Amino acid sequence: MCGIAGLFSKSSSFEERLGDHLSDMLIQMADRGPDSAGVAFYRNPAPSGSSKLTLFSPEEGYDWDPIASELSSAFGGSNGPEIRASHAVIVVQTDADDAGRWVIDNHPELRLMSAGQTIEIYKEMGDPREFVERFGLRELSATHALGHTRMATESIVTTEHSHPFSTGLDLCLVHNGSLCNHNRLREQLRREGITIQTDNDSEVAAAYLTWKMREGASLTEALESGLDDLDGFFTFAVGTADGFAVLRDPIACKPAVMSESDDWVAMASEYRAIAVLPGAEDARVWEPDPGQVYIWEKEKV
Amino acid sequence: MGTAEQTAEVVDLSETSIRELNQRLHDAADGGPQAWRITHPGGLHAIAAGINAPLEIDIDGHVGYYCVGMNKEANVRIHGSAGVGLAENIMSGTVIVDGDASQSAAATGRGGLVVVRGNAAARCGISMKGVNIVVEGNVGHLSAFMAQKGALVVCGDAGEALGDSIYETHLYVRGSVAELGADCIEKDFKEFHTAELTGLLAEAGVDADPADFKRYGSARQLYNFNIDNADAY
Repeated sequence: MCGIAGLFSKSSSFEERLGDHLSDMLIQMADRGPDSAGVAFYRNPAPSGSSKLTLFSPEEGYDWDPIASELSSAFGGSNGPEIRASHAVIVVQTDADDAGRWVIDNHPELRLMSAGQTIEIYKEMGDPREFVERFGLRELSATHALGHTRMATESIVTTEHSHPFSTGLDLCLVHNGSLCNHNRLREQLRREGITIQTDNDSEVAAAYLTWKMREGASLTEALESGLDDLDGFFTFAVGTADGFAVLRDPIACKPAVMSESDDWVAMASEYRAIAVLPGAEDARVWEPDPGQVYIWEKEKV
Repeated sequence: MGTAEQTAEVVDLSETSIRELNQRLHDAADGGPQAWRITHPGGLHAIAAGINAPLEIDIDGHVGYYCVGMNKEANVRIHGSAGVGLAENIMSGTVIVDGDASQSAAATGRGGLVVVRGNAAARCGISMKGVNIVVEGNVGHLSAFMAQKGALVVCGDAGEALGDSIYETHLYVRGSVAELGADCIEKDFKEFHTAELTGLLAEAGVDADPADFKRYGSARQLYNFNIDNADAY
């Protein structure tokens, strides 16, 4: 069992409070996943020509200032670090691919959680309620966000094995379920040159989407082909720069519920995570059909 | 049916725990309020599970998993939608959901009536053993899987594998069936079936013409059906 929560703002006033509301949703899902928790927030776009990195250090009290200076020297200016618990966000004056590669090459002690224009990923072991407070998630504004609470089944509990998994620039995936064919698929994807950093089954699903989209598939096409290639149980939520997508396995092994009001679109593993949102009592509620891709994007809402 | 009177005992689940609510409902079997109104259900699980008394209960809002599970005798109306396992193993009484029901509604139910005004998701009536179910909308895949007794009425469409490995439950579907499950076939209406369907539609308060429905049931090729045991169904 794991818990998923996704929230998409339809009004600028709701954006300002999105972190507070997603935190409430995540806490409702704490019972479904007490091992670890994670979120992806889409917020504060980096200026044109710049990009944004979220980095994780396992070392308590890690000094982020040197790496920010090094990034400034390498690429001519940076903003940050904006530190949240074990993570830091740094805006760099270069494209996200170059910046991310530079960190991996020069600072192997750090872990690149996400890269892109707007995405910020935070994840950590331990109780989701403590995670929300430790990372100060309530104060974050965002256009949309995904959250995950993990009850581990297929691999060990570490920060790296927590969700969301980044699937590419401004892309991430959270998963409730388990995959059976992840070992073979991981080998195939590595041969295709896709980087996979853990033995976690959900990371393989994220890597699969990365590979499909690298080959030219749209997100919808990549998810639809996943119905054939990913063997197992899943409810996926995938975050993009513009919104999020939801897909359940064809026999609906894992739950999902969706809801829409004038101010927001939400998805969660259970309705109780939606019930805490303002206006939930009057919002439209439905269960997404199995095997069908649902997508919300800014321009379409 | 299921509509509590104005003097109903009100329990607000934003202030009262599920355990306390259910204990009070169980205690009502020995006397006390018979009409109840439950407010702010907030998608919580196991609301009003295990009742064993002819109570009249209204629930104002959406409920979570296993709502009204194992119900005996109570008439319950949910003014909202229901999560997984609505009225699981219901023994008797009536459960009406104004909205949709998630997976496994009325699973393993042995008696009583469950009415879903909206859609029911996958596995509706899975392994049902005597409960009657009326769904005004559609049902998802694998509904009435291994269904043994009782009737499932679907006013909309049915998903894949309807009635897979079915025993003696009667299935009535007005719309399309995506696919029949193993050993499930279309069957003729006999007088009994028309009367049964007419009665269930009336009991559920559904305005539909029994002549618009098709009937499905077991081909009796998959399990060891013996006519001498027909009375057991």
